[in-house]
Amino acid sequence: MLLVYCPYCQVERAETEFACRGEAHIARPADPSQATAEDWVEFLYMRDNTKGVAAERWRHIHGCGRFFNAVRDTVSDNFLKFYKAGEPKPDLEAIAKEAGK
Amino acid sequence: MAGVRLPLESFPLQALVSEPVKPAFPCVVMSNTIHAYISQSDKGELVIGAGTDQFVSYSQAGGIHITNHTIDAICELFPHFRRMRMLRNWGGIVDTTPDRSPILSKTPVQGLYVNCGWGTGGFKATPGSGHVFAHTIAKDEPHPINAPFTIDRFRTGRLIDEAAAAAVAH
Repeated sequence: MLLVYCPYCQVERAETEFACRGEAHIARPADPSQATAEDWVEFLYMRDNTKGVAAERWRHIHGCGRFFNAVRDTVSDNFLKFYKAGEPKPDLEAIAKEAGK
Repeated sequence: MAGVRLPLESFPLQALVSEPVKPAFPCVVMSNTIHAYISQSDKGELVIGAGTDQFVSYSQAGGIHITNHTIDAICELFPHFRRMRMLRNWGGIVDTTPDRSPILSKTPVQGLYVNCGWGTGGFKATPGSGHVFAHTIAKDEPHPINAPFTIDRFRTGRLIDEAAAAAVAH
């Protein structure tokens, strides 16, 4: 059971209060009418599946209901950072280095 | 390394084994509704399959609430197992596809074939999938049975939703 911190409620709660929504910072094609089938495959299905430090989306589904992002080491499951939706993707390499990963 | 991108994500899938007892359970029981999966091995241990964590992980452990969920269901169905002790549990990393069906396919790289994405299923399909995969490699063409299980199905939209065939909503 992970402990997840909601940056909106500013509280740490049990994982069962949250839903993980997969890899973060995947941009929808800016002009859908111009997007190719390959663009949609990349957007909908292709994921980095990182073994190590990665950014992912979480939703405080049984709390405030809002989406936010987290950086987690997928080997140890330790969270390294929580930040609000819309904030830029952090420097994952720097975070990993700082955490000694 | 080969530059082929695959639509896979990895999750820990947990299983656990009880202390051995005399024969008490002569079949496999699987409840799709409350998520129980249980059988008794020849050594007398109950073999229990639990679920996956909700996030990508390579921890090979998995959350304790995932196993609790399964054990709660088993104790509800079979109250006589309530006082049994578990010997060990573990988490194996399973690679899953977006439609939860495997990929047995040629790749854009000549001479490279993939048999992956079995997710939480697979053991019972191993002999059959090995046969059609060998056919795929030998002929450089898929067998009619695995022809739909391409990587390309995620581009064409012809996904294979076999949750009902597997009897588990995974």
